[in-house]
Amino acid sequence: MPIQYYIYLCLTLFSIGIIGVLTRRNAIIVFMCVELMLNAVNLLLVAFSKMHHGVALGSSPTTMVGIEGQIFVFFIMVVAAAEVSVGLAIIVMMYRNTHSVDINFLNRLKN
Amino acid sequence: MSTTDILFYFLSALAIFSAIMVLVSRNPVHSVLWLILVFFAISGHYILLNAQFLAIVNLIVYAGAIMVLFLFVIMLMNLNAETEPQKHMWMKLAGVISGGCFLMVFVSLVRQATDMQNKSVLMKTGDIGLIKNLGKALFSDYVVPFEISSVLFLSAMVGAVVIGKKD
Repeated sequence: MPIQYYIYLCLTLFSIGIIGVLTRRNAIIVFMCVELMLNAVNLLLVAFSKMHHGVALGSSPTTMVGIEGQIFVFFIMVVAAAEVSVGLAIIVMMYRNTHSVDINFLNRLKN
Repeated sequence: MSTTDILFYFLSALAIFSAIMVLVSRNPVHSVLWLILVFFAISGHYILLNAQFLAIVNLIVYAGAIMVLFLFVIMLMNLNAETEPQKHMWMKLAGVISGGCFLMVFVSLVRQATDMQNKSVLMKTGDIGLIKNLGKALFSDYVVPFEISSVLFLSAMVGAVVIGKKD
């Protein structure tokens, strides 16, 4: 599988996430599209780590060259989990105050 | 077309179709279910790339914990009926066109890049996805970010509880 196929796939998922953030009005759906973008980036990082590993395996068969990509994906998942918990707490608090999760309505509160 | 290629195309089509259905669904619960299907497809891609630890962690953390949190919040707010007023059709079209422009710019960038020609991804083999090697690298070279991420979790937990208190 050439690397371009993985890049095209992750670009498509990322742009679908962007379209979701721009188009939808429900704050929870917007949050879910951000998670979709993060997952597209995770997949691309793992694909690049395997590409570099495949290139480096030719020179020495016990090398660990591409492992930083997968460790970075691990930390991205850590940060995404923490961000989801805090973000959902904020959404629940705003829903309790205004009884709406419409982002245009929530945007008017910046006074 | 080997089995690997067929699996790759099938998982890619499943991921892209499910992502589009996340956007198109009017019911938020359906959107969450389609997003879980996207996560399953991406975990399938991880298994094809022999990133076994990340495939399982993706399923457990994302599809198992984060999406369950989303479902809790959606059902807490009783959003099962679609109650949001839709944006105007031309605004949705403008959003789709800007996303499409982004995609077109980056696809054209990738097509004319010369240092990405003839590079292929090592699939189905490769030792760096195994949990033993990942654990060794994580606890020897990257132990400081690992401990800092535990502090991050603690602060996120405290922050979520403080924000969610009904004072």
